[in-house]
Order: sequence, then structure tokens, then C-alpha cells
Amino acid sequence: MERLSYTLSAPIPAGGTKPRAIVGVVASGNLEVLLERALAPDLCTVEIATAAHGFAEIWAAVVADFVARRAAGGLRIAINDGGARPDTVALRLAQGARLIAGDAA
Amino acid sequence: MRDWATQKAARAARIAAGASFARGKVVQAADLAPFLEAVLRPGDRVCLEGDNQKQADLLADALAEVDPGVIHDLHMVQSGIVLPSHLDVFEKGIARRLDYSYSGPQAARIARMLYGGQIALGAVHTYLELFARYFIDLTPQVALIAAVSADRDGNLYTGPNTEDTPTVVEATSFKDGLVVAQVGEIVDRVPRVDIPGDRVHFVVEAGRPFHVEPLFTRDPGAITETQILTAMLAIKGLYAPYGIRRLNHGIGFNTAAIELLLPTYGEKLGLRGQVCTHWALNPHPTLIPAIEAGWVEQIHCFGSEVGMDDYIAARPDIYFTGADGSLRSNRAFCQTAGLYACDLFIGSTLQVDISGHSSTVTTNRIAGFGGAPNMGSDPRGRRHPSEPWLKAGAEADPDTPAPLRRGRKLVVQIGETFGDGNVPLFVERLDALALAEKLDLPLAPVMVYGDDVTHIVTEEGIANLLLCRDADEREQAIRGVAGYTEIGRRRDAAMVARLRERGVIRRPEDLGIDPLDADRSLLAARSIKDLALASGGLYRPPSRFRNW
Repeated sequence: MERLSYTLSAPIPAGGTKPRAIVGVVASGNLEVLLERALAPDLCTVEIATAAHGFAEIWAAVVADFVARRAAGGLRIAINDGGARPDTVALRLAQGARLIAGDAA
Repeated sequence: MRDWATQKAARAARIAAGASFARGKVVQAADLAPFLEAVLRPGDRVCLEGDNQKQADLLADALAEVDPGVIHDLHMVQSGIVLPSHLDVFEKGIARRLDYSYSGPQAARIARMLYGGQIALGAVHTYLELFARYFIDLTPQVALIAAVSADRDGNLYTGPNTEDTPTVVEATSFKDGLVVAQVGEIVDRVPRVDIPGDRVHFVVEAGRPFHVEPLFTRDPGAITETQILTAMLAIKGLYAPYGIRRLNHGIGFNTAAIELLLPTYGEKLGLRGQVCTHWALNPHPTLIPAIEAGWVEQIHCFGSEVGMDDYIAARPDIYFTGADGSLRSNRAFCQTAGLYACDLFIGSTLQVDISGHSSTVTTNRIAGFGGAPNMGSDPRGRRHPSEPWLKAGAEADPDTPAPLRRGRKLVVQIGETFGDGNVPLFVERLDALALAEKLDLPLAPVMVYGDDVTHIVTEEGIANLLLCRDADEREQAIRGVAGYTEIGRRRDAAMVARLRERGVIRRPEDLGIDPLDADRSLLAARSIKDLALASGGLYRPPSRFRNW
């Protein structure tokens, strides 16, 4: 299991008031994303536990794009990854941001 | 004086040698191996019928049992290397040279045998190209073919899976070659005559149907949200603006997703009757919901598909059917239709390089080609106009006056930026090049050449290569939809931004598509069972696809 951790400044604060949200499942090629409203609204942290080793550079790029484009400010995010592809990771993160903002999942 | 009929004499000698094993034209299955030893000659060019669907499996097994001391150095000229016995003949020294098209299920073993020097490879062809060579310089001396039934005169009924048979028989029989057919049963009267008996010299009763692979069945249950997103992009970003009515789909999950989105997402966009009306396509079960919803006017098929025969027979307005009511497929005609009469080909691949060349060859797997290199190419002999063809031509070449400007076929590669096991779709250099070097081939097995590709669709967006004006722009347009692959991360961000402003690259948001809407609830069928239900029970999926 590889563990990765990122702290980024977030330009867009997370919408809504829900304290937490969870999307996805831990399964092969999939991932579980837990989002908690726990930080200053201009900050976002992402902690990753992944079964697939050696993809740190790709994780960094996916996480940076997510925080830059989606409403991620104030979120502490924990990811349990079962070897998901980057497009699936980006989709789950976006789904999580929408869920915690209170829109339909 | 020269004897002008040596080939006729040679065939007569083969027939005479085979006749000692036959009553009339009928050979017993138990005698097949000695029969083949009698009618074959060392060094013969042999077409053993088999493609990505139907297989002359009984004859393939028998050929692998002949004595290599008697029959050796055969030159196999066949569409498919699919069954283990297709390679056993090379391992045993019965065959030596190979010219073929497709080798999906044997991709790993054929790679090992090519590297090991057990097979002398001529070339990997597209189907239509191999068929063409049957009539010029690869004419078979013996064809071993498969049909559903025969009468005692050798008239053959090929049933819905006619596929390559008429082409193989035409080339062999009319050039004085010998045609041997395996059939499921011998009957008094065949349901329809697909091959006239005077072209068939021997018939063997297998007592069972020939093997058919359900290659075109895609379980909707396995379609991912990302594949749905790429399908939405294709429908809204390509099919709608170009008005694509005549087309061919590959066999991947992305195109299956497109088929399943037509009655839902496509309907919402008001596209019924405007796109996807005429097809060169196998009977894909995933197209059933669109057919039932009135999207499709007609479909011509390369072959059939396991479980689809009753559905097809009940929809003769859509499919080509015979006097017996069942499908008539024909691979050569359908490949020609896909080449000349379709405005769009869309398919998936395993590798795309920064020039847009694509290949399904990887270092350890040589899958060969199906129809993609043919249908995924721009036919220079095309002369009839259509709206999508003219529009694409104008995008590629805005300066030439319209009456002298060639149109362009739309050739689309669709896929996720990472495939199974997180393997990137985009690569700096195709594995096909390493293969060509290792085997000392003059040509790398490229499936679709970069200069034929007009669009690349990934979850990151659509790259329109028609609008690129030089090699740099092409490269950055490709990098610009290559996602988080190394190719994608090494993009020139400023240039990609400029390409996006010009519409060369279009993101989901540029097309009014929210990736979060790419949900499995959009699929018109979410399982094989849904497809069977949508067909009114006419589609009978093979057992391996049943889980209810």
C-alpha cells in the first residue's frame, strides 16, 4: 500500500453545508472518496492510500486539476484506491464535490 | 505446344485422389486426415476458412492431423488465426508460410511463433485486401470451408454466417482449385442455395454446427461512466454537427455505449432520423434498443452474431435476408460498403502515437486486423458527395475551390486515456515498430494511419485533426486530449489553449456536456437481460452472457 498526501491552496470554496460526503466503493479499478468539511475555505488536503505503486506523478496532476477546477476549498479528502484509472479518480472527486455541496449525487 | 489447362488437370487429379474416400461428393469425418493427405500437395496455397466469427473447425482439426512427412510447407492464406489448430499446423511443420488478417484469440501464441521463426510471415492484411489478393497473387489451390448444410450435389446453405464463403469459393473454384466443405448436416434440399454445388467438390458431415465466436456481444453491465462520457462527446460533438447517417462502429465498449445512448441521450438531442440511419455493421445486440425505438433504417452485415438470428429474421425491413427468412451476410461486400458508402468509421485501439498512428499490436500480442484498417481509411476512389464528407473535406482543405476538393471520410478513434491495468492509450512510439524491427518486416503493422484519422475522442475531449495545419498542431491536438498519460502531461499548455479557442480541441464543457451527467442510467439497456427484453425475447444470448 502506497500512501500519498497533498495540501493545496483552493481557489473555489466548497458549496453547501453538509459536514461530510462519501462516493464510490473500494473495488478493483474503483475507489472510495471521503470528503469532510474540516479546513479553512481556501485550503484542501488529499490523503491517498493506493494499492497501485508508482503513480505519484499522475496523482499529483489529477489532484491539482481537481482543486483548481472544482469547489474543493475547506475539504479534507481521504481516498481508498483499488487501482482506479485517472479518469475514474477525477470523476469520483468531482462527484464528491457535488455531493457535499448538496446537489443530487 | 504449351498445355493451357495444367490447372484443370491438377484439380482433376486431386478429385480422383479424393474420390477413393468419398461416395459421390460425401467424405466421412473419420476419413478426413487421409483424405486431406490425398488431395493436398506439399507447398499448396490453402485457404482454411475462419475469420473473427465462423470457423471451419472440423477441417482445421483434421488438417493438423495430417502427416507432415506427406504434406508440408503449406502456404496458409486465411482471414483468421483463431483456433489452436490454426497454429498447430505450423508447429508440426505441415504449414510454413502465412498471409492473414486477424488473430485475436491467438495473439500471444502467434507472437511467440513469429519470434521463434516457426512461421514465415507474408503480411498482416485487412480483410478486403486479403480477399483482393485471392484473385491476383494469393489464389488458393485448396479451400477448406464451412456451411450449415449441403445436399448431395454439394449445394451449400451457409445460413446467417455466410461471411467469407462466397469470396473464398469464387477465387478457388473458378481458378481450378479444390473446394472441400464441412457442413452440420447433409439434407435432401437446402433451405437456400448460398453456394451452387458445381463449385464444391467434396462435402463432409460434421454432425454439429461449425464454431462461431460471439465477438460482437458487449455486456452493457460492463460499460463505465467514462465510456458513457466519450459516447456523449461523439454523439453531440461529431454525429450531430456532421449529420452522420451512414456509418460503421467497431466492437469496443465505447461504441457499444454510443449505440445504447441513441434512444436516450440522442433522443433528447432530437437526433432520431438525423443520424445513424444506415449501417455497415454486424448484428450488435447493443443496437437492439435503437432499432426498436425507430432509429435505424437498414443494416448490412459482415457476419451474424450468436443469439441474434431470430431477432434478425423478425426484422427483415432492417436486415438483408434470404428466401428462407434468415440473414444473408457477406464480409467482402460489407467491407466494400464500409469503405465506400459510409461517412464515418469509429473504433477503439490499444495504442495511439503523437502522429495519430494507431495499432493493436503490443510487444507480446499480435492481434492482427479486423475491418478497422479498411473502414478506417479514406477511400481515394470515392466520387459521390454527402454532407458529412463534403464538410470534412472543407475543414481539411478550405482553400481549394469546392468542385475540385476531395471530401474526407471521418475516421474516429475513441477511447479512455488509460486502458486495462492503467496502461496508457497514448505512446511516444508504437510497439508495432519494435515488432517490425524484431521480425525484419518492411512495414510496421499499423492499424489506422495517422493521416487517415480525422478525430480522436477521449474523456478529455475531441481533437479535430482536420483543422490542424501542420505536424506541430497535430501533435499538440493529440496531446491535448491525452489526459494524464505522459504524452498528455507533456503538452504545450499555451498551444493547446489556442487550439481550443480555434475549436480544434473541444472539451466536454465546450459542447455543453457535464461529465457528472455521464451516468449508467443513460444506457437504454444496462444488462444483457435488458437487451433480451428489449428484443421481445427474440434475442437469445449465449449462455456465457446469461446470469439470470
